[in-house]
Amino acid sequence: MEFLRPATWDEALAAKAEHPTALPISGGTDVMVEMNFDVHRPSAILDLNRITELTEWSSDGDVVRLGAAVPYARIIEELSGPLPGLALAAHTVGSPQIRNRGSVGGNLGAASPAGDSHPALLAAGRGVSVEAHSVRGVRLVPIDEFYVGVKRNSLEPDELIGAVRIPVADGPQQFSKIGTRNAMVIAVCAFGFALHPKDGTVGTGIGSAAPTPRRAVEAEEYLRGVLAERGLWESGELLGPEVVQRFGELVKAAASPIDDVRGTADYRRHALAVMARRTLTWCWNDYRKQIRSAA
Amino acid sequence: MRVTFSANGKPVEADDVWEGESLLYVLRERVGLPGSKNACEQGECGSCTVYLDGVPVCSCLVAAGQVQGREVRTVEGLAGEDGELGLVQQAFVDAGAVQCGFCTPGLLVQTDALLAADPQPSDTDIREALSGNLCRCTGYEKIMDAVRLASARTCARGAEK
Repeated sequence: MEFLRPATWDEALAAKAEHPTALPISGGTDVMVEMNFDVHRPSAILDLNRITELTEWSSDGDVVRLGAAVPYARIIEELSGPLPGLALAAHTVGSPQIRNRGSVGGNLGAASPAGDSHPALLAAGRGVSVEAHSVRGVRLVPIDEFYVGVKRNSLEPDELIGAVRIPVADGPQQFSKIGTRNAMVIAVCAFGFALHPKDGTVGTGIGSAAPTPRRAVEAEEYLRGVLAERGLWESGELLGPEVVQRFGELVKAAASPIDDVRGTADYRRHALAVMARRTLTWCWNDYRKQIRSAA
Repeated sequence: MRVTFSANGKPVEADDVWEGESLLYVLRERVGLPGSKNACEQGECGSCTVYLDGVPVCSCLVAAGQVQGREVRTVEGLAGEDGELGLVQQAFVDAGAVQCGFCTPGLLVQTDALLAADPQPSDTDIREALSGNLCRCTGYEKIMDAVRLASARTCARGAEK
């Protein structure tokens, strides 16, 4: 096994081009588990810790460009305002020690359906995209095209994740996750939800209940329709139990979970409906407050 | 490969390090610092917690090659040069927060980091900060007592200055 330690991003991309089977490592919270348990022996390890720009983020007010290796701890501390859904999800990752090392880039690279970032990224909108860098250039992959299978993403062998571009929240966002305790939990299932009042859409993201993270498209469309037809974005009136119930059912129907050690498919479906109803209610209540205080 | 870094303020060097080896293994087996404990090897238990460039991390999840040229501080580094226990260590002894002791090194480093950031944490803050450190024998009450005691002593020390 080789240990590659590029000092710059250009060197890292050159190394990945030369060693396409090299496994990138940053926080190590996934990669080292596989190494310690001998699950995976890559031909080479590509250490990204020296690439400081991967740990930086910037915002132009509309979009946050989040470096792939910005640790979850800093997302919670520094980005709860512009990226509230992702910050909530980040807070449920592992433990303080894990959040000091783990990052969204690692979640995307591993592409586990249980990764905590994914539901929040999907809910943040179709404008979310992953910057796939290589010696050939930069490719912007829309988040909806990024996850292609169980632990598989759409990166080419010579590509590395440089950053994720996420629209700044223009409405309330929530994240909910089921597990046996509040820390060190791999999600039994998870759900991300976001209201996007500017373009009159809503965002959803389902975690750990399908081969890939996925959005509940019909649930989004249903709610978008109801909010528009009834003028609820303007009035801020209550949604009513029927709408909330129907939304939960549609989210549940969008999942295709399996029975495994963490939970049964039935339990996951049930829990998703509950989380969908709750996160919608929380977000809508916050939105109503905003509307009223603005009025 | 060879890896050189700073451990508790002193330069250390390890040779013939396997590329997939963890920092924890290097500390325990190659540079004579067995304080950090190896329990789960997957970041679940926190027993191997060390400072890496001032940030507490699970050393079992850091690849040895990643610490080249960087600063590591282990539980051994919490004590004085003369072996006198540090404030957090003494509080754990005084509160009886140590039973088998296997989880203790990780708890000590994590508590040290907590009190450095927030000398007077609430119980909720303490539980949150220690949520990645598992203890399988005392239960957590004595550990909570120890952190509260360490917090009180840290604040008292601050007041004297």
